[in-house]
Amino acid sequence: MTAGELAQQLKARFGDLISAPVEFRGEFTVELSDAECVAEVCDFAKKQLGFDYLVDITSIDNYGADPRWTVAYHLYGYGHRCALRLKTRVSEEVSELPTVTTVWKTADWHEREIFDMMGIRFRNHPDLRRILMWEGYPFFPLRKDFPLAGKPSNVPEVAFTNSAPLEGGPFVTAAGGKSATAREPRVRPAETDDHPEIPQAAKEGK
Amino acid sequence: MQTQTEIGYNSKVEGDVVHTRLDAAINWFRKNSLWPMPMGLACCAIELMAAGASRFDIARFGSEVMRFSPRQSDVMIVAGTVTYKMATAVRRIYDQMAEPKWVIAMGACASTGGMYRSYAVLQGVDRIIPVDVYVAGCPPRPEALLDALIKLQGKVGREPFLSLQKRVA
Ligand code: SF4
Repeated sequence: MTAGELAQQLKARFGDLISAPVEFRGEFTVELSDAECVAEVCDFAKKQLGFDYLVDITSIDNYGADPRWTVAYHLYGYGHRCALRLKTRVSEEVSELPTVTTVWKTADWHEREIFDMMGIRFRNHPDLRRILMWEGYPFFPLRKDFPLAGKPSNVPEVAFTNSAPLEGGPFVTAAGGKSATAREPRVRPAETDDHPEIPQAAKEGK
Repeated sequence: MQTQTEIGYNSKVEGDVVHTRLDAAINWFRKNSLWPMPMGLACCAIELMAAGASRFDIARFGSEVMRFSPRQSDVMIVAGTVTYKMATAVRRIYDQMAEPKWVIAMGACASTGGMYRSYAVLQGVDRIIPVDVYVAGCPPRPEALLDALIKLQGKVGREPFLSLQKRVA
């Protein structure tokens, strides 16, 4: 049994809900078009296809695109030793999908982390509280529109936050530059102007 | 005799009598027995443990008694990344320490937030508690921590302890 065959079996059972499996470097990904069915699909994957281990659940913020959220489930089976990635998309207005804690208990903390960092809710989760930040923290820090420096907040007697000094950052490296200065614009150029390879934006300190 | 002066005791010259000032004597007792509160929060705490173990042996400077109760400790060694979630607890433990008390910020994280310019990390523990000695490094070597301890001993030894008491009274 290979991961590709298992993905085909999932598609055979759910038809149009599941996209054709995509292979990339030996890893198989299927996309589920309706996030509301995720618990049902996962239940089938566990009970009929032997994916008894939920490795991880992650979320992606496709900021500016619609639907905004992607939630990715990484499944693994100790019996057949195959891995499968299941992705589904959720719009920002909804920001909610069914929990899979009914299928794998371990989903509890994964879903709490996504709720904490991204603000996506999981319906019928047994205990949907923040897990890394504290109760009362008002933001979702892994969203793309949340600044790296953070924002000020205060929950008296619990915790406060301030924004960090970034001194013009956050800094990024640009691929393909001919010199270190071009690849890493944060490197301060010498006090002369004749560095043709430095992008203009870096010169202006952007 | 000045406050800074250590007690010099030479039994041949002075017999059984020692002359000194009271605050010099008290400072001498204090500085050679600074009991640390090991506030180990991240990787720097590993170096703090090394400083306490046999190879570096912080006992040579009278600070081997790591107290996990703030009531019994004199110097809080903040070793590691102070997250905002932990900051309130650090402050509370500092408040529970009895006076006189001192703080060593060990490593880049405790001193300035280090490489964590982020929403989750306090940008230096001196934003919530007063720091006496900062130690550079990521992590600092145990020798650096011992150097900080010696610097702190120097500071404790210079404290005009009694005149401070009078001012308060
Ligand atoms: S200064 Fe470096 S070694 Fe120390 S806690 Fe921070 S990251 Fe870890």
